[in-house]
Amino acid sequence: MTGTSEPPTDAHHAGGTDTPEGARAHARAQAGADAEHQPTLPATDYDPVPPGVDASALVWAERVAPGGYTHRVVRAGTTLRLTDLDGDACAHLLLYRDGQPWERLNVADTVKVQWNAYLGVGQLLLSDQGRVLASILTDTSGHHDTLCGTTSRMRNEARYGSGSPHGPSPAGRELFLLAAAKHGLGRSDLPPSISFFKGVRIEPDTGALIWTGSVAGSSFVELRAELDLLVLVANTAHPVDPRPTWSCGTLEVLAWPGTPTTTGEWPATIGPEAERAFRNNEEDLAARGAFRPTAGAGTVTP
Amino acid sequence: MNPSSSGPGSRGPADTDVVVEARAPWSGIVPAGSTLHIVDLGGNQAVDCLFYLAADTSERYSAPETIVWQGSVFLTTGSVLRSDTGRPLLTVVEDQVGRHDTIGGACSKESNTLRYGHHTRHQHACVDNFLAEGARWGLGKRDLVSNINWYMNVPVEDSGALGIVDGISAPGLAVTLRAHEDVLTLVSNCPQVNNPCNGFEPTPVRIAIGTA
Repeated sequence: MTGTSEPPTDAHHAGGTDTPEGARAHARAQAGADAEHQPTLPATDYDPVPPGVDASALVWAERVAPGGYTHRVVRAGTTLRLTDLDGDACAHLLLYRDGQPWERLNVADTVKVQWNAYLGVGQLLLSDQGRVLASILTDTSGHHDTLCGTTSRMRNEARYGSGSPHGPSPAGRELFLLAAAKHGLGRSDLPPSISFFKGVRIEPDTGALIWTGSVAGSSFVELRAELDLLVLVANTAHPVDPRPTWSCGTLEVLAWPGTPTTTGEWPATIGPEAERAFRNNEEDLAARGAFRPTAGAGTVTP
Repeated sequence: MNPSSSGPGSRGPADTDVVVEARAPWSGIVPAGSTLHIVDLGGNQAVDCLFYLAADTSERYSAPETIVWQGSVFLTTGSVLRSDTGRPLLTVVEDQVGRHDTIGGACSKESNTLRYGHHTRHQHACVDNFLAEGARWGLGKRDLVSNINWYMNVPVEDSGALGIVDGISAPGLAVTLRAHEDVLTLVSNCPQVNNPCNGFEPTPVRIAIGTA
């Protein structure tokens, strides 16, 4: 401790903290405490597990604090479930191809290729290399955003008086910078992000942003990693949240393994663009020896 | 990079006035206080554009910051183009078209395979222009983000349906910006022939940097 304030009284336990041994005993005595926001290790011990989720399969279980962030590498096929527990979380998301982070979420391609600006079930999150990073399996919210990115320190300082990661209203970009840095990435590696649980729509004639906020109560989205991914998540107020005071709720992150979408298992409603995106995944994996195409299977719509 | 230098990709500093041929890239530094003037010579020619703070190219144009601060996805007179920190890089001081795109990003060989099919895989594309021209300034793939498309018309309907549709520009219409900082500008004069963004026939554009 380097601060000048008095240490908390519970530091004055028998033996004190004036020796390494005493400090060690003091540190070790803290284990087992519960915080409202923390990862659960092992993830299979997470409680309470939402209905329909198999606790024994969990590989990631965490409650992300308002103004907090988290990050993880997940294997292809993993289902990532993000839950807005109390109706006020905002999950800002960036995805990178694990091991080659220069391939990453491309929001422009995601909306342009799928001819739609709004996220929903069946839509794909596309990389700049024409491949599927993740597919949206489930969505009980419908209030999401692909246009506004996350918050900047400058704007949060203007709106709330602070945007630093240690302050009361952290900017999403500052949180992403920290998460990215822990994977060797820097500011040039941060493209525009998407966000879940706070809705924005566009007024067609003027292009004006229309805030639709959250749904009431808890809601969740489930994404399937279609390639091995680095996932960065920042949980902080949306950039066009109109409330004058910074506000954000707890974000629950759960993940369990599975298999990526494979040829012939594409939803019947999938468009030809999405088919070709899955084809591009398979082409890449086949050349690496990680996928064997089946002759004639899943013929791409002309 | 030395921001006072004209740089390897520049065609000259403050007195630049060039015609960028169809399908070609261009780059240059627009000094603080100077204007960047882009003219759609042939009409409905998408001009893909990225901006970087010349003194530190890790700070760059941000479509989301620009959209959020102005509250709209379209660019026109008065629009302030902001960096990813929120810093104003340039302001649109005159727009003879009415609106320009912030959403559609750049075409690429890779996204072309999704949008049109794998027969387009070897067609030239804006991302290749950005990579080739950016490399002359030490920029690489990670420096590319959602860009501006001058003269490109991307309406968004109530359902969220969006698309690159027939343009609203015409021969000779111009857009003029004033720089707040020394700004490195990357341009791809879009080579796309599979959608209406260039009227299915890419044409030259004029780019001038001036003090007026």
